[in-house]
Amino acid sequence: MNPISELVKNLADQHGRERHSLLPILQGVVEQEKYLSEYSMIEIARELDLPASEVFGTATFYSFLDYKKMGKYIIRICKTITCSMKGKNQVLLAIEDMLKIEVGETTPDGTFSLLQTNCLGFCHKAPAMLINNEVFTELTPEKVREILSVYLNKKKEGVSYDN
Amino acid sequence: MTINYQLKRADFIFKNENDWEKVLSKSLTHTPQELINELISSELKGRGGAGFPTGLKWKITAEVNDATKYVICNADEGEPGTFKDREILSMVPYKVLTGMAVCGYVIGAKEGYIYLRGEYFFLLPELNKAIREFEYYCKEIKFDFTIRIFMGSGAYICGEETALFESMEGKRGEPRNKPPFPSNYGYMGKPTVINNVETLAHTFTIFKYGAKRFYDLGVQYSRGSKLFSVSGDTPKPGIYELELGMSLADFVEEFGDGDTKAVQVGGASGFLVPRKRFSETAIGFQGKLVGISLPTGGSMMLFNSSRSMFNVLDNYLEFFPRGILRTMHPMPRRLSAIVTGNQSRQARRKKCKVPG
Repeated sequence: MNPISELVKNLADQHGRERHSLLPILQGVVEQEKYLSEYSMIEIARELDLPASEVFGTATFYSFLDYKKMGKYIIRICKTITCSMKGKNQVLLAIEDMLKIEVGETTPDGTFSLLQTNCLGFCHKAPAMLINNEVFTELTPEKVREILSVYLNKKKEGVSYDN
Repeated sequence: MTINYQLKRADFIFKNENDWEKVLSKSLTHTPQELINELISSELKGRGGAGFPTGLKWKITAEVNDATKYVICNADEGEPGTFKDREILSMVPYKVLTGMAVCGYVIGAKEGYIYLRGEYFFLLPELNKAIREFEYYCKEIKFDFTIRIFMGSGAYICGEETALFESMEGKRGEPRNKPPFPSNYGYMGKPTVINNVETLAHTFTIFKYGAKRFYDLGVQYSRGSKLFSVSGDTPKPGIYELELGMSLADFVEEFGDGDTKAVQVGGASGFLVPRKRFSETAIGFQGKLVGISLPTGGSMMLFNSSRSMFNVLDNYLEFFPRGILRTMHPMPRRLSAIVTGNQSRQARRKKCKVPG
């Protein structure tokens, strides 16, 4: 059995095969694979006995369930008003400059993806961003360069840095 | 009309109290009717922003005859400028859990869910620990109630209660038409009480200290205290618990930087109050005698005169199209003209001009 069918089967065993198990299963696949491929959505549809279009329709509603191939670390920077007021744009420019990608893109080696997201709920410590599930607040261009270089070094040393 | 209420600090929510076991077992010795009466006489209203009387919500759901009911804690805090629920769940989770369990007892539900927004994934380990501890105690006193966490996946609209049910049922998080209301037809079509995190934390205070202690705070129609998430151009951003009914002028005096020109009350979908309206605007639920009062989920964003309101509106519109405008029927005509760019830049600027 190929790894994706096995993953989907395990998740279905864990969460059940009802319609209301769909979201936890989609989340489980995204956690492992970083995105939902067409193939994995079809596998989920088969396992839960749903039309594949329903799975696709549900998955694409949620901004954290990406259906494009994503990097190992997904950077989501908050684009909401307070973060913008406190210098989000400079931080964003620093990231784009350092990783040589723009919003919506992934580095060629598949390490980082850069996205903007809605309010992260850290307006009192703006600007804020998520890298996978970890939060970083009160960012400045200097601080964000430091944070990213920690991730880059981890990658160079071959240490896995999953949280 | 000028309203003269001083800004009054309160300290209930984050007060560290280690006796939740006692509060829970004491509450369970009362009849559901007594607990409902206590809640109704406290005049607690929903703290998510809509302000529906909590006691009434529990009462209506309790009266529906069904073997399966649910209690849901809405922790999908997505309104820009709101961050109080995360703080409650990480500092005093047992207050929320106790509130849910007592609600389960009152309405006759055996299962509770916390719908936690995907952005707060990092809260999971601590929250799960608190839930395990809580369920262990429930088992000890032979009270049958389980709590599970359902993770959201980054959809602002799922904070709306019926969209939240849809999402939990594994569908797109699109709001249902009302009626039927959740008290009759909620999660999985069963009677459901859905409360904001902060509302449940307040029920803990009420069950512990009695309704009077809560009722004595605030003003008519807006009783009790409320958490405010203060951000923007302020020297002291953060979370503050204040009595309801204060005037915006007093609020700005306390939290402004001396140059505040507008305050956004209740997040991007709330109200923008310009400077000249500060003194006539109160924060609380609409009443007959208190002039203009604005209900809020607690988001207070301050803007000083260096900010262009056009840029603020531009940012909001960027926030909404994906989340809301597409699901809003019909889209307000003027707004749609701005979204689609059918208007000159000059006309847009004119519309956004804030006097004062």
